[in-house]
Amino acid sequence: MALLDVRDLRVSFDTDDGTVYAVQGMSFSVEPGQTLGIVGESGSGKSVSTQAIMGLAPGATVTGEALLEGADLLTMSEDELRHIRGRTVSLIFQDPLTSLHPLYRVGAQIAEVMETHAQMNRKAALERAVELLGLVGIPEPKKRVRDYPHQFSGGMRQRVMIAMALALEPKLIIADEPTTALDVTVQAQILELLGRMRKDFQTAVILITHDLGIVADVADDVVIMYGGRPMERADVRAAFIEPHHPYTQGLLQSIPSYSGRMGRLLPIKGYPPSLMRQIQACPFAPRCPQAHDECLVAPPPLKPVGTSPGHLSACVLPSDAVGLPAHDAQATPAEAAVGGVEP
Amino acid sequence: MSTSTQGDLAVDATDAQVLLEVDDVVKHFPVRSGALIDRTHAQVRAVDGVSFSLKVGETLGLVGESGCGKSTLARLITALHPVTSGHVRFRGQDITALNRRQMRPIRKSVQMVFQDPYGSLNPRRRVGSILSDPFSVHEKMSRAEVKRQVQELMARVGLSPEHFNRFPSEFSGGQRQRIGIARALALRPDLIVCDEPVSALDVSIQAQIINLLEDLQDEFMLTYVFIAHDLSVVRHVSDRIAVMYLGKLVETGPVEEIYSNSRHPYTASLLSAVPVADQAFRTARRERVILTGDVPSPVNPPSGCRFHPRCPKAQAICATEEPPLEHKTGDPIGHLTACHFPVNPGETLANASRDAVPAPEAAVGATEGVDQ
Ligand SMILES: Nc1ncnc2c1ncn2[C@@H]1O[C@H](COP(=O)(O)OP(=O)(O)OP(=O)(O)O)[C@@H](O)[C@H]1O
Ligand SMILES: Nc1ncnc2c1ncn2[C@@H]1O[C@H](COP(=O)(O)OP(=O)(O)OP(=O)(O)O)[C@@H](O)[C@H]1O
Ligand code: SF4
Ligand SMILES: [Mg+2]
Ligand SMILES: [Mg+2]
Repeated sequence: MALLDVRDLRVSFDTDDGTVYAVQGMSFSVEPGQTLGIVGESGSGKSVSTQAIMGLAPGATVTGEALLEGADLLTMSEDELRHIRGRTVSLIFQDPLTSLHPLYRVGAQIAEVMETHAQMNRKAALERAVELLGLVGIPEPKKRVRDYPHQFSGGMRQRVMIAMALALEPKLIIADEPTTALDVTVQAQILELLGRMRKDFQTAVILITHDLGIVADVADDVVIMYGGRPMERADVRAAFIEPHHPYTQGLLQSIPSYSGRMGRLLPIKGYPPSLMRQIQACPFAPRCPQAHDECLVAPPPLKPVGTSPGHLSACVLPSDAVGLPAHDAQATPAEAAVGGVEP
Repeated sequence: MSTSTQGDLAVDATDAQVLLEVDDVVKHFPVRSGALIDRTHAQVRAVDGVSFSLKVGETLGLVGESGCGKSTLARLITALHPVTSGHVRFRGQDITALNRRQMRPIRKSVQMVFQDPYGSLNPRRRVGSILSDPFSVHEKMSRAEVKRQVQELMARVGLSPEHFNRFPSEFSGGQRQRIGIARALALRPDLIVCDEPVSALDVSIQAQIINLLEDLQDEFMLTYVFIAHDLSVVRHVSDRIAVMYLGKLVETGPVEEIYSNSRHPYTASLLSAVPVADQAFRTARRERVILTGDVPSPVNPPSGCRFHPRCPKAQAICATEEPPLEHKTGDPIGHLTACHFPVNPGETLANASRDAVPAPEAAVGATEGVDQ
């Protein structure tokens, strides 16, 4: 049984200007010990999906199913969810400042997690907090546990979040951009730490990141999101070598190559879809160089593509049409404007 | 033999091309502790004597370990923190000595994109109004005109104008980051210090923002200090690179020179550790040097060369004498390195010897073949 199985998740927010349909049918699953990467367009619903299933999207309307070891998180009470968030699932938020209290010392905040959920006494919890800060590479952790969050650098705060998530040895860690503020060396250290959790405790990890290099390095499978929906899912190798969905292909072509290709970068042309209505077509169609009429009829469902087992893509193109097109192949997007936002 | 080139660093302030001159700036933060009375008993030496200068229209990439002082340096340049000592000159004028009123015109010319976008946005104000501020403070414009300008700016950073009335909490991480960028661009400043400006963006929007920054640079001769951990982004945008380690610059030079011929062992290990998603996922087997050993502390920096406890090349002298940031024989002009035993072309750090080294347990860690 999958550790977490999310089916047809939909999340919307009511705002002054109308309803925002942030997630419009997200599905994915994670097995124990597996690392699932979630990548995709900024604003495509990665954070909202994962926060909504943990009951952490205030003001949101959430439908669908999110089965954690068979039990649906979306029907649980706040108390049950709090218990799960403490013990079974840890979340590392994208924005450390929103989840660290500015007026409490960092050590006390880490210790509190263990006092509440692991019935540790204050002294033991503080000692463990120092140890955890050391594990995530904070120099002189004994001295620095007494600091307040504002006295930490961006990357140090991020590591405080990671230390908190590791404190309870959860079954699942949802890490939302956990290494954006970290240099490559510390990043490698953190990723290794997550890898060790996985080996020692069969911890599963959902890793949300824009850094495709990290995904390539540590994830088993990857889900690529766009406009509130999964566009493609594959094991990392297939996703990078045989991408099927034109969005995935466009994304891979935007990478500023480390080998130092100069000249202009190649962003995907056009604008992301408006989420002020439910999109009744392929959300990527307005920007897709290969879009045709069929794409505008309904959102294409995920279907098996390519040769690698489990490789799915939500695109109408022939299922064997995998792989990156030859270099400068990024043509002008089709003129069709479905739900696209004009500048 | 190496020739000292302090002259390269101390630029003639009358040179019209020089926009910014950072002259031996230092920032120490007090560390307080004590059971009964809070007492200062130590200092975090966040920035500890940094000098460089920037020409109009130039982009300096600033890289280094988490916690090494990049954001603090950024705040010194933008006068958001007072310096402990040293000088920051903007167009020849020392801004560390100015009062609030004298600072006002400079505040407009020097903008910052903050590393933590959420922390820098007022949660109770709508984004449209946050972005209108710069226009209403510094220029006389009608409300309709301000709104038009703001929406145009939002579109340029890839935000939908329909987001005009939203609060910061109603945005995704990457959208907030772009609000920060739009706010900095609003005033057409001369210098923008970008602290991790694209770290929360997918590669496509990242490319769009980088292209935008480059276009504006060409159009208005903008000057950037660009801080980022993503070394391929830094390589793409920068003309010059400055590498920081524990509050000091350890190497600086033209971008391609640093990437292809790094001389400082820290720079070399930094560049070797990057995970890469090549377009074809066919990254060559690279040699990766992962630094291990005690992470040094800015409260108690190591003696001599601050990198010596983790350096694969360190010798006895490295623990006692601080190497100056200087030109090394054979390097092109403008490439400066602070190291007693710079890396030679073709040398691999993994096999470097550490003969007479104190604290050997902190040596460089595993060399991993990365096979992808
Ligand atoms: N409270 C809210 N009210 C209205 N809209 C919201 C709210 N929170 C998020 N959104 C919108 O929902 C969409 C999805 O947001 P989400 O934070 O999940 O994006 P993301 O994929 O994590 O992006 P990023 O990579 O930039 O962090 C965005 O377009 C965002 O503007
Ligand atoms: N207001 C402050 N009070 C005390 N210490 C501080 C303060 N601001 C920064 N520091 C300390 O100064 C050092 C440098 O921090 P800084 O934020 O400049 O690092 P950074 O290079 O930007 O790191 P990152 O890449 O993680 O953002 C850190 O040890 C940090 O804890
Ligand atoms: S060789 Fe010596 S001076 Fe050079 S980086 Fe290593 S420790 Fe520092
Ligand atoms: Mg997010
Ligand atoms: Mg910083």
